[in-house]
Amino acid sequence: MSADTASNGNAIVARGLTRRFGTLVAVDHVDLTVARAQVYGFLGPNGSGKSTTIRMLCGLLMPSEGEISVLGHSIPAEAEALKRRIGYMTQKFSLYEDLTVQENLEFLAAVHDVPRAATRARIDELLERYWLGDRRKQLAGTMSGGQKQRLALAGAVLHKPELLFLDEPTSAVDPQSRREFWESLFELADAGTTILVSTHYMDEAERCHRLAILDTGRLVADGTPRELCEELPYAVRLIETPAPRRAQLALKHVAGVVSMAQIGAELRVLADKREADDGALDAALRAAGIDARVKEGRANLEDVFVAATRKPLTEAA
Amino acid sequence: MSLRRMLSVVVKELRQLRRDRLTFAMIIGIPTMQLILFGFAINLDVRHLQGAVLDEANTARSRELVAELGASQVIEFHRRLATPQELDDLLREGAISAALVIPADFETRLERRDHPPLQVVVDGSDQVVQSAARQLAAYPIERLRNPLATSVNNVEIVNFYNPERRAPVNTVPGLVGVILTMTMVMFTAMALVRERERGNMEMLIATPVSPWELTVGKVLPFVGIGLVQVTVVLFLGTLIFSVPIRGHLVDVYVAALAFIVASLALGVFLSTLAKSQFQAMQLAFFTFLPQILLSGFMFPYAGMPKLAQWISEVLPMTHFIRLIRGIMLRGASLGDLWHELAALGVFSALMLSIAVARVSKRLD
Ligand SMILES: Nc1ncnc2c1ncn2[C@@H]1O[C@H](COP(=O)(O)OP(=O)(O)OP(=O)(O)O)[C@@H](O)[C@H]1O
Ligand SMILES: [Mg+2]
Repeated sequence: MSADTASNGNAIVARGLTRRFGTLVAVDHVDLTVARAQVYGFLGPNGSGKSTTIRMLCGLLMPSEGEISVLGHSIPAEAEALKRRIGYMTQKFSLYEDLTVQENLEFLAAVHDVPRAATRARIDELLERYWLGDRRKQLAGTMSGGQKQRLALAGAVLHKPELLFLDEPTSAVDPQSRREFWESLFELADAGTTILVSTHYMDEAERCHRLAILDTGRLVADGTPRELCEELPYAVRLIETPAPRRAQLALKHVAGVVSMAQIGAELRVLADKREADDGALDAALRAAGIDARVKEGRANLEDVFVAATRKPLTEAA
Repeated sequence: MSLRRMLSVVVKELRQLRRDRLTFAMIIGIPTMQLILFGFAINLDVRHLQGAVLDEANTARSRELVAELGASQVIEFHRRLATPQELDDLLREGAISAALVIPADFETRLERRDHPPLQVVVDGSDQVVQSAARQLAAYPIERLRNPLATSVNNVEIVNFYNPERRAPVNTVPGLVGVILTMTMVMFTAMALVRERERGNMEMLIATPVSPWELTVGKVLPFVGIGLVQVTVVLFLGTLIFSVPIRGHLVDVYVAALAFIVASLALGVFLSTLAKSQFQAMQLAFFTFLPQILLSGFMFPYAGMPKLAQWISEVLPMTHFIRLIRGIMLRGASLGDLWHELAALGVFSALMLSIAVARVSKRLD
């Protein structure tokens, strides 16, 4: 199959994408399809290969194996042509700390061939949109973490790319700004921009059109957030008890219990539907002499994430 | 290659440089300091050097001569020695800088005129002492003894540690080369590595900027800086030390420009080898030493073994030293020295091409 023909209507198509660093397989035969004008989320624990995948898709890193087509360009062969059409926000701040906000954006405008006449207005517009208007003359290195990320995003969208790669763009942004940040992402998506964004935040993942979950380099789940929740092969049980810590110990060895998390006074248990049904949990709690009430819960993305990254869920894909 | 993209790299680089106070200070500081240090050491009018006399003749004429030479106050002959061994020891210890040796057959030598009648043994490792000894050598002893004598070969200078006697003015033109090598190679070697070390490279290579635009853009500001440094050295050199510029000033600048480009090309090349700024510094230093030692700045080219000569032909500084000494001291034109200029051109083209080919727009 040629990656090119498969790209119709899709911004990104990758097949069997693999990257090895020595003996470590950082990305392991990942298949990915991202439709145009979508906000596509990348989820995965630390070191699961999110950044590595993004770098390969941008043409910055050679894949060890696999085929990539991004915006119709076969990558890595046509990486240079692609670079005019994408914006990439790196995980680590990569603008110049010893340049001011304005100077950084002027530099980016020039290297991206933003018409000279349009540059000033465009920079003003972005500074306005990302609340950096009063920071114009501040050295980028002296800004706060969240301010830096907003500047980096402004830099990534400066030349109005068709495709945006955002590697954990909001890891240091406060909740209020994050909301507004995401509003601006949807504005871009509405205008036709495709966005691939990696994140560790479940509320952000929830907002994506589609999601991919990576674990130790493998794609372990992908779909819309709703699909992922509905297809979760585990049941969610909420256990109300005055002794959640003890309950956790009591349930630890019950067959079929996948994970437990204390949330306030409640214990949230993820369990196999058949192996660890209500009866089994009740029995285990009673045997430990714990007074508890077991309720049915609704799966959320965190459950999906925990289940998917705990062990490979090939059937969920 | 897009001119705008390249210029935007230049502007960015200049803005960063303006905020980098230390580098900025070094641009003017290094040439000024080096020139003044080197310049004064070579230009000092020496007096009162510690000396000794080994008078093996001990005749009336020899004693008179010692008094005569001592009267010049350049070298003070306080110590009287008995054996050549004593002289050796004192010289090695650094207790004396020069010694007057009057052989036992002094009188005969004076008469027969086939050998120099006496020797001044000097610590040739010290430039200042050498020039002082030269003053002594010019002393017309024989004429004093015998008004009819014509031989000028009165005092033979035996250079203990320095193979070649150099005129002080020789040093300043060469110094232009030393200063440019030091600053140009080091600054550029660090320039590209810095982008990588600070993580800017990942952002840069995801933009349409090409390796040529990036490299040339990063290097171009340093061409200007190099020319400023040349101007500082030439200005101070002529002002303070009256170093002559016998050739055309334009030729001096053209030669300097060619050498600056060659040094920058070398720096960029090193930059692509190094993984960190520290490594880049080490590499720069590694190329700095042979350039100083083998280029003819320190030791004469003619005296080097064949292998060293071959190496020195590869070094840009060798060709620059020949160019700049030729133009400034001998009044040569670029036409006379075109092959040296061509050598610099070839070196630059080669280095820059290798370097740019190595500036990959990938992370691996
Ligand atoms: N240049 C490299 N050399 C060697 N190993 C690497 C390199 N880059 C990444 N890795 C390894 O590849 C794996 C995936 O790294 P990657 O940066 O893609 O993870 P990530 O999902 O982005 O993690 P995080 O959430 O912490 O950003 C890690 O184990 C990492 O150590
Ligand atoms: Mg990452």
